[in-house]
Amino acid sequence: MDPLTLFTLQTLNALSLSALLFFISLGLTLIFGIMRVVNFAHGALFMLGAYVGVATQTASGSFLLSLIAAPLAAAVLGLAFERCALSRLYAREHSAFLLVTFGLALALTEAIRLIWGADARQAELPDSLSGIVFVMDEPFPIYRLLLIGAGLACALLCWAGLQRTRLGLLLRAASQNPTMTAALGNDVGRVRAAVFAMACALAALGGALAAPLLSASLGLGSNVIIDAFVIVMIGGMGSFLGTAAGSLLVGFAQTFGNYYAPELALGMTYALMIAVLVVRPGGLFGRVE
Amino acid sequence: MLELRDITGGYGPAQVLCGTDLRAEAGQVTALIGRNGVGKTTLLRGLMGLLPDLAGEITLSGETLLGLPTHRIARAGIGYVPEGRQIFPELTVMENLAVGQRRPSRNWPEERLFALLPNLRERRANAGRALSGGEQQMLAIARALVTDPRVLLLDEPSQGLAPMVVQELARVLRQLAGEGVAVLLVEQNLRLTEAVADRILIMARGRIVHDDTAAAFRAAEDDLRHRWLTM
Ligand SMILES: Nc1ncnc2c1ncn2[C@@H]1O[C@H](COP(=O)(O)OP(=O)(O)O)[C@@H](O)[C@H]1O
Ligand SMILES: [Mg+2]
Repeated sequence: MDPLTLFTLQTLNALSLSALLFFISLGLTLIFGIMRVVNFAHGALFMLGAYVGVATQTASGSFLLSLIAAPLAAAVLGLAFERCALSRLYAREHSAFLLVTFGLALALTEAIRLIWGADARQAELPDSLSGIVFVMDEPFPIYRLLLIGAGLACALLCWAGLQRTRLGLLLRAASQNPTMTAALGNDVGRVRAAVFAMACALAALGGALAAPLLSASLGLGSNVIIDAFVIVMIGGMGSFLGTAAGSLLVGFAQTFGNYYAPELALGMTYALMIAVLVVRPGGLFGRVE
Repeated sequence: MLELRDITGGYGPAQVLCGTDLRAEAGQVTALIGRNGVGKTTLLRGLMGLLPDLAGEITLSGETLLGLPTHRIARAGIGYVPEGRQIFPELTVMENLAVGQRRPSRNWPEERLFALLPNLRERRANAGRALSGGEQQMLAIARALVTDPRVLLLDEPSQGLAPMVVQELARVLRQLAGEGVAVLLVEQNLRLTEAVADRILIMARGRIVHDDTAAAFRAAEDDLRHRWLTM
C-alpha cells in the first residue's frame, strides 16, 4: 500500500473513532458546563447504550431500532437519577456529587453483569451496513464512513440546538451565571434535568453506535470515560468547540499512534493532554477560572 | 405594592437582617441607603429568594413571595438588577435580553426598549463582556425590564459609572417610575439618590432607621449623614 493511501485510510479510521468519542465527551462537557461537576457515570451510560443496543437488536432484529432504544433508555434513567439524587446535591459539596455519580457507575456495571452476564456481546450489522467501499482501490468498511457522518450530524444538530433553541440559550446562560438565569424567571433545575437527560442519551447513542465495532463488554465504560476526560481537558471544560477539537485530536493520536508506535499509543494521549495544558492551562477553548 | 415585614436572616449563624420593614409603592422611586456592610445587598438577595433561611413576610400586591423559588419570584413581577451588573459575558446583548423573555415582553417591545436605552441599539450583536460599564448597566436594566416587572430592584447601579452615565441612569429611573413601576433603588451615591427618589430609607445594622420623603431627608440631611452614613 502506498503511503498516501495508507494515510487516507488511517485518517478515515481516525475520524470514525473521533466521532464515537465525540458522542460521549460532548455530554460530559455540557454537564460540566452547567453543573460544574464531572459525571463519573458517563462511561457507564455509554456502556449501557452498547448493551441495550445489542439486546434490542437481538430481540427485534433491527439495528435502527437499537439506535432509538439505547438513547431513550439512558434518557429515562438519567432523568430519574437527576431528579431523585443529583438535584438535591447541587447546593452541597462537589465531592457528594462525584461520589453519587461514581456510585451510579458501579451500580450500572453490576446491573449489566446481572442482566447480560460477564461475556462480551457484539452487535451484528445489517447487510446494508456491513459492506465495504473502495477508497483509493483499497477496501474500507461502509459502517465507519457512516460513523463519521453520524458524528458530523450530531455535532451540527447539537450546535444548532445550543445556538438556536431556548433550551440551548438557557444552558449557555446557566453555565455562565445560574443565579441570574433564575432571577430572570427561568427554572434552572429543569434546564439541568433536561441537559443531563440529553447528555445521557448522547452517550448511550454513542455506545449503541460503537457496539458493532467495539462490542459491549463490562470494561467498556471505564475505558471510554478516560478518553472522554482527556478530551474535555484538552478542549476546555464546558466548551463545545473544544470538545469537537479534542475528539479529533485524541481520535487521530490514538489511530496513528496505534499504527506507527503501538507501544507508545496510550502514552501519546496523555502526552497530548499535558502538552496542551502546559501551553493553555484552561484547555484549547477554555477559560481558567 | 411590595411590602416587607420583620425580615430576619443572613448567612448561616451570622444574622445580617434584624427585623427589616420596607414598602415600595408603584410609580415611586424608593431609595435605600446606608453604610457599607449594613445588609442592603443581603436584603435584595433575600427578596429574590437567594438566601436559604429568611423569616418574616414579603408580599407583592398581597401575594406572598417569601419561600418561593427564585424563578417564581421573578415571574411574580420582580425585576432584579444586581450588584456588579452580572451580565452574561459570553452572550450577545440580544441573547442577554432573550434569557428574560419566556414570551415576548408586553410592556417593553424592542423599539420601546431601545428608545428608552438608545446606547444598546448599536451594540445588540456584541458580547456582554465587550460592553463598557455603562452599557452593561443599561443592559442589566433592559434585561430585567423585558420580564415585565411591577417592581424593579437595583443594587448600586451607579457604581463605577461616569457622571454623564449616572445622569442618564437618573432619567431612566424617573421614566420607569412614571410608567407605574415600583423602583427600589439601593445606592451609595447621594446625588443620584436625591435626584430621583420619592422616599429615602436609611438602613443600619440590618434595620430601617429612617423612612421619610426625599424633602424631609434633605431638610435633615446633615444630621442624618452624620449619624448613619459617614464612617
Ligand atoms: N456571602 C456571604 N457570606 C457571609 N457573609 C456575608 C456574605 N455576603 C455579605 N456578608 C456579610 O453580610 C453583611 C452585609 O453585607 P451586604 O448585604 O453586602 O451589605 P451592603 O450591601 O449593605 O454593603 C456584611 O457584614 C458582610 O460581610
Ligand atoms: Mg451591597
